[in-house]
Amino acid sequence: MISSIDELIQKMISGDKRALGKIITLMEENSSSSAYIISQIYALTGKAYIVGITGPPGSGKSSIVDKLVSCYRNENLKVGVIAIDPTSPFTGGAILGDRIRMKSHYTDRDVFIRSMATRGNLGGLSRATSDAIKALDAFGSDIIIVETVGAGQIEVDIVKVADTVIVISVPGMGDIIQTLKAGIMEIGDIFAVNKADLDGVEKCILEIKMMLELSENKNGWIHPIVKTFGNRDDGANELYEAIKNHRKYLLESGHHEKKKIMRGKADLINILQNLFIKNLYDVISEEEMEEFGKKIANREKDPYEIIEEIIPRLKKFL
Amino acid sequence: MPERKLRILIAKPGLDGHDRGAKVVARALRDAGMEVIYTGLRQTPESIVETAIQEDVDAIGLSILSGAHNHLFKKVIELLNNEGANDIPIFGGGIVPEEDIPYLKHIGVKKIFGPGTNTEDIVAYIKEMTNK
Repeated sequence: MISSIDELIQKMISGDKRALGKIITLMEENSSSSAYIISQIYALTGKAYIVGITGPPGSGKSSIVDKLVSCYRNENLKVGVIAIDPTSPFTGGAILGDRIRMKSHYTDRDVFIRSMATRGNLGGLSRATSDAIKALDAFGSDIIIVETVGAGQIEVDIVKVADTVIVISVPGMGDIIQTLKAGIMEIGDIFAVNKADLDGVEKCILEIKMMLELSENKNGWIHPIVKTFGNRDDGANELYEAIKNHRKYLLESGHHEKKKIMRGKADLINILQNLFIKNLYDVISEEEMEEFGKKIANREKDPYEIIEEIIPRLKKFL
Repeated sequence: MPERKLRILIAKPGLDGHDRGAKVVARALRDAGMEVIYTGLRQTPESIVETAIQEDVDAIGLSILSGAHNHLFKKVIELLNNEGANDIPIFGGGIVPEEDIPYLKHIGVKKIFGPGTNTEDIVAYIKEMTNK
């Protein structure tokens, strides 16, 4: 049953789901496999449109994804979904439960859903998310929806992979100061206020509106604010239209090209960072790190002193 | 090289009313450092097999309380065969009478964990089974 990587890549490109599943696993396990796979498929990527969904835990991201998938399927588009959940910082384990909300698409041959755990990555995505997007793209997905972990204020990496970012809010999560803070509220192209049958929905919308009015609108895109419901379809259709409009705006205004360049840069920096961390652990063992930790803790040395010692050892990678 | 991360699907086929046991197992596997894809109640064999393939899991755990285990396990195994995915091992739990276990093993279920099983035993078994 063990196929070579090249065989898997060929099968994946021809539409084999099992091969795609295995390719994503390889990408998650090991960045050198990622490098090889990407080198083989890169020319085939760049065709899919990427929609990012972010928002706090329990705000209804997965349910919204489920409804958007239905909208795209009505147009007979092939959809890929990547849903990210957190890895335990203590055990390294994870419960990946976003699929539960996407039941209606489990057996649809043109929907591929993959759950990924953050595996220590900050920013709301996992290290391999951007690679997995490329795999789904080469597989032939027309639309790829990426659902971040339940986000706090700084999990903003989605903006580095998505064409359109939807920020989901729910009524009752805090006053206007929350919308004025830097971070997640700055990255939305579209705002969805979910669970819009709850009290406080108008206030929530007003606060987002005020936040948007206060921020400088440099590029002429007017951010829509859409009411959505986990248990009804009307809001989802409106959200779907808003994504379409944003896509049209990006193409017509030339912002799509700029976005792609920004993404290329972000991808590069992300890979370099990960490579650096990996090399760091190749040079310095976990035990030695522990020793450094001890020295720092009992004030034998300060962290900057230790870094001075480490840097020369890393030179061969620079 | 860090240990390979195990990905396990925990699913409940059929019409069971609750999934407490499945959740306890999912949580135990999580605490053992595994990634658990949890799909909740009332799954069809088709959806379980599709999920296993898309998520590229190392094993499938099915929890069945309804008494329809003979039928449901068989169906899942058949579908895995059709998809060329019969290398994914299946284990089970729930309420399965002793006398049905030989049949289930015969059709390819690796192991049945009955009520009262220690979760540590399940973790140990999965680690051993997937360590090919």
